[in-house]
Amino acid sequence: MRISGEVMTKKRNDKSDTDLLGLYRKMRVIREAETALSGLFANNEIPGFIHLSLGQEAVAAGVCDALRDGDTLASNHRGHGHALAQGVSLDQFFLELFGKDGGICRGRGGSMHIADMSVGMLGANGIVGGGLPIALGSALAHSIKKSDQVAVVFFGDGALGEGAVHEVMNLAALWNLPLLMVCENNGWSEFSRSSDQIRAEIGDLAKAFSIPFERVDGTKVRDVRSMTADLCDRLRTGQGPAILECLTVRWHGHYEGDPQKYRAEGDQETATSTDCVALERDSLIGDGFDAATLDALDAEVKAEVEAVVIAARNGASPSFATALGDVHRNTIGSHHV
Amino acid sequence: MSDTRYGRAITRALNDAMEADPSVIVMGEDIGAVGGPFGVTRGLQKSFGSERVRDTSISEAAIVGAAVGAAMTGLKPVVEIMFMDFTTFTMDALVNQAAKAHFMFGGQVSVPMVLRTPHGGGINAGPQHSQCLEAWFAHVPGLKLVCPSNPADAYGLMRAAIDDPNPVIFVENKAMYGTPGKLADDPEPVEIGKARRARAGSDVTLVAYGAMVAEAIAAAEVLSAEGVEAEVLDLRSLQPWDKDQVLASLSETHRMVIVHEAGVEFGIGAEIAAHVADAGFDELDAPVLRVGAPHMPVPFSRELEAEYRPNANKIADAVRRVMQ
Repeated sequence: MRISGEVMTKKRNDKSDTDLLGLYRKMRVIREAETALSGLFANNEIPGFIHLSLGQEAVAAGVCDALRDGDTLASNHRGHGHALAQGVSLDQFFLELFGKDGGICRGRGGSMHIADMSVGMLGANGIVGGGLPIALGSALAHSIKKSDQVAVVFFGDGALGEGAVHEVMNLAALWNLPLLMVCENNGWSEFSRSSDQIRAEIGDLAKAFSIPFERVDGTKVRDVRSMTADLCDRLRTGQGPAILECLTVRWHGHYEGDPQKYRAEGDQETATSTDCVALERDSLIGDGFDAATLDALDAEVKAEVEAVVIAARNGASPSFATALGDVHRNTIGSHHV
Repeated sequence: MSDTRYGRAITRALNDAMEADPSVIVMGEDIGAVGGPFGVTRGLQKSFGSERVRDTSISEAAIVGAAVGAAMTGLKPVVEIMFMDFTTFTMDALVNQAAKAHFMFGGQVSVPMVLRTPHGGGINAGPQHSQCLEAWFAHVPGLKLVCPSNPADAYGLMRAAIDDPNPVIFVENKAMYGTPGKLADDPEPVEIGKARRARAGSDVTLVAYGAMVAEAIAAAEVLSAEGVEAEVLDLRSLQPWDKDQVLASLSETHRMVIVHEAGVEFGIGAEIAAHVADAGFDELDAPVLRVGAPHMPVPFSRELEAEYRPNANKIADAVRRVMQ
């Protein structure tokens, strides 16, 4: 076990050009999708409320890019990036956010409940810390089935005040389960500084439960990816759980429309000055990719999001009778991922 | 046909389900090596190993939440919560996660898990180890809820609960674990949602479940000597409950008393009475009465608890009122 207080700068240089562009594209899709959502929400087109992960794209993209088919993922309320990086289709994602029948959850869940069993996405979650016990159980299932799959859960630093999170750390360690707990540390617990709410550092909690812990700069997508891959390699060989802390920044408020009066003057400007997507773009240029290639990719993603938004806006509404008749699974069928 | 007991019948159901399906696992606090505080899981770990019959830490929120995640990943977990009072810690996993996953995710997935837990008083276990909290779960769309009154139904409902693709709360009565009964050599599942006529009668319908079925039958025997023949329906399932059979019985007897050990206020009986007052209004010759616990915590002392709990005398008194 190693408790690392230093931001990791380890590089994994085994990514092909296509993989690097794919990784960048994942971030770009999240950025464009959430930027579009911010505008659509302000325009009163998206029902309910949404929590954007703008600024945190590198964590979702880096972690999910390191996973394999059959791995499972539980997410949280700020989960758009996790869903898109894990492979939820962009059109079904937007249809769900618009509350349409063609949405991935048929318009019944919305932003906080995006799930797609076909890609192992067990669901975003409206309950802070709610994904951790679910991921623990998914890891238990992988273990009992003797597979080499892993379960991953994303949670924020604000979730550390929830008791169930500590129960999960204990059981994951006790049972030596293939569970990767990814803490996206953006410094905020909803409307408060996490340092005003949580006494313990997650690294110290990891140590208390004898769980291997790593911390990475969560704005550097390649570092996130390579560290996730390394940790998953250990998990797949039965070496028990791990905790990965990704230091990142939250550009927007807790929810979209949050006036953020709790945020000190200049704080938001400081946060947005760290742009993980731009950082990776610079890295790609440094690697020799030409700007025109990246411009074309950016334009393609932007156009794709624009087209999907138009289609989702015009999607069919769900039927109340169908929803009412679907409270239970009525026939015994294939339920598992 | 062989002799068994309520608790043993559940053990056999768990055993048979685990034999039939390798995806069935059992977990809970001290359920493995020790066999659970009431001995319901005794012997299972020896037969199926500590992977599938898993002792957990005292972490109700995490183990029930883990059951949800395991169920979504292909297992059929059966979790024991040692006392129903401790389900307070499991509420997020049950109410926000298990109950809603199928609906909320557009029907992509279901959560085939069972939560077993004993309710009820009668053993002076006091305010935090005696409660009947089933109405809480009956109120949550997406959860099913059963409560057997005898060994054969305990077996059959457990097999049905494990087979069900939805989350099922399986409520046992801790005072009944030693209750004797018969079990078929090759017992069948009992369909969830179907009541059972425990006693035939034409003058009044007693609707009960769990430990109160025996009390209702005892009351019916007393009333029979007075010339009143009570029909006793054992609900067996509380969510969904057998509206058709309850209304069919009412249409024969025209009078109804609903009995449960749980508190009367805002309880299962209130729901049944309200439904009967609506759908069965034309059949009623008397007000529907409820017999249950008063609105107070379950008290500890023998004398206080005895007065707190419903029994055959209280049921007979209620029947005499509706017969007037």
